[in-house]
Amino acid sequence: MTVAAEKPRGMAGAISDVFFARPQLLTLLLLAPPLLWIGIVYVGSLFALLLQSFYSLDDFSGLVVHEFTLSTYEQLFDGSNVQIIIRTVTMAALVTIASAFIAFPIAYYAARYARGWMKALFYLAVMMPLWSSYLVKVYAWKLILAKEGVITWFAQILHLNWLLDGILALPVIGGPSLSFSYVGTFLVFVYIWLPYMILPTQAALERVPANFIEASADLGAEPGQTFRTVIFPLALPGIVAGSIFTFSLTLGDYIIPQIVGNSRLMIGQAVYTLQGTAGNIPLAAAFTVVPMVIMAFYLWMAKRMGAFDVL
Amino acid sequence: MSRAVRFQNVSRRFGSVRAVDGVSLDIEPGEFFALLGPSGSGKTTCLRLIAGFEQPDEGHIEIFGETAEGVPPYRRNVNTVFQDYALFPHLTVGENVAYGLMIKGVAKAEREAKAKDALALVKLAGYETRRTAQLSGGQRQRVALARALVNGPKVLLLDEPLGALDLKLREQMQEELKSLQTSLGITFVFVTHDQGEALSMANRVAIFNDGKIVQVGTPSDVYERPTTRFVADFVGSSNVLSPEFAAAHGGTSSWTSLRPERIDVVPEGATVAADCASAKGTVSVVSYQGAVTRVTVVTDKLPLIATIPAGASLHRGERVTLVWPKSAMVAMGGGA
Repeated sequence: MTVAAEKPRGMAGAISDVFFARPQLLTLLLLAPPLLWIGIVYVGSLFALLLQSFYSLDDFSGLVVHEFTLSTYEQLFDGSNVQIIIRTVTMAALVTIASAFIAFPIAYYAARYARGWMKALFYLAVMMPLWSSYLVKVYAWKLILAKEGVITWFAQILHLNWLLDGILALPVIGGPSLSFSYVGTFLVFVYIWLPYMILPTQAALERVPANFIEASADLGAEPGQTFRTVIFPLALPGIVAGSIFTFSLTLGDYIIPQIVGNSRLMIGQAVYTLQGTAGNIPLAAAFTVVPMVIMAFYLWMAKRMGAFDVL
Repeated sequence: MSRAVRFQNVSRRFGSVRAVDGVSLDIEPGEFFALLGPSGSGKTTCLRLIAGFEQPDEGHIEIFGETAEGVPPYRRNVNTVFQDYALFPHLTVGENVAYGLMIKGVAKAEREAKAKDALALVKLAGYETRRTAQLSGGQRQRVALARALVNGPKVLLLDEPLGALDLKLREQMQEELKSLQTSLGITFVFVTHDQGEALSMANRVAIFNDGKIVQVGTPSDVYERPTTRFVADFVGSSNVLSPEFAAAHGGTSSWTSLRPERIDVVPEGATVAADCASAKGTVSVVSYQGAVTRVTVVTDKLPLIATIPAGASLHRGERVTLVWPKSAMVAMGGGA
């Protein structure tokens, strides 16, 4: 008597048997396409980009000189280029901080208190802006922020013109109208990236069991202390994950500052201009490396601060 | 001296459910007190009322003479060992234990020394720098215990403290908790649905059913003299005799409890002593349980369960006589 069931084995059965005997084979087969994609298309092009940044542009002929040099990176430290980097990083940092502050209470409410239809409403409210086109949203904001727009109109009704004018009169961040100022760019960035901060923060808070909060109170911690010593540290990985989105997306964006803002360039716009009309691929590539280096540094810092310890 | 915990007519409702319904209870200082009952009987809510996670809708709670209602958990000198321990995953074992002291603002060196002592007390010396994720269930339980005890609580609350442990570990922890409580002299209040655990550890037991306390007493009180059918059934197993059956067998005309281990199984027709009652019947189930054998005998009125020492050879269908001392029949008030 045999152990095997008396059942005719077809082609599929035979293949199944092979995979059953060698599970690694199946894993390899499943992983091969995405690995090839990431390896060749993604890492490959990234490597090509990195290579480009070590070439330089001949100023007279306008042609790329295919010789290894660090002169392109030197150009990054020219006055106006450094300004672009500082401006972009500052904007990205401020957008990230503001998003974190706005997102946390929303995420906290959704994770701790919202149930049933309130929770559904929360997801809908957070996700719905992501369903519509990015460009539509940005242009909508241009109208909202314009001098003839709804904000000015409301300010007049509420007799708050002085406040609006005061903000616009501020040096550097002000401008002729909100849609032509850093304040406007900042507001639109925060609006557009906010969902990417709320969702990971909410997911992290969702994983903090209610009895941790009870345990903390039981051990004598007032709500504020519980927040600082239990809730916040456990939510930190989520906030860091969210900040990776808001920070890196702001670093690389070239559309929002072009539509809403003054004419001063951000990194994304610089890359766009340099690789397009200017034809300076090496400098564009060098600019692209900047956000990558900043992000690598940022993640390293976050890891050192223990942001991923609980993951 | 004031009571460690006093409940006066306390009720707590969740929606339309009365989780705790008019409970009055006194727990003396230094007692090892068990709140025993099936799930949903209100025992855990009572524990949470003492901890301060719940506030009573009606009634009055005192902890060592101080009014407790309206006082948040962080202002109560009680600490809790949670059912799933609730250890903070972002802190080491040592930091977990020192958490309460850190919150109180105790200096780092002092709280580390105290945490070390507390860990030694629960036999986890040298575990300070471990992560909680690296610990076994039994070790987590000990950390949770150390984390609560290090604060020197007046009352220690334990929510199903041994529920998640396997049998061997559970028996060991029962003894350890008992000796810890005796040596520390702190009032322990623990919630359990396991009657064996309650009987073996507690000085006194309160038995809950449907949000009410049905009986309070020492373990031998509630086991030997159950006052209701519910207690007789829930604490150990018991034969519940109808008033007619009890009266016909030398008891009083009321619902009566008769513990299986008090019943002896003898061959049919054997002589019965004057102070004993007896009933004839047929063996229907013989269940071997290691130390004892559990026999169900169907008499002409009702089936009775007897536990007898293992090794007795009885078989299904055998005619036997059940004999028990009349004093083993405990009349219960209240009918149901």
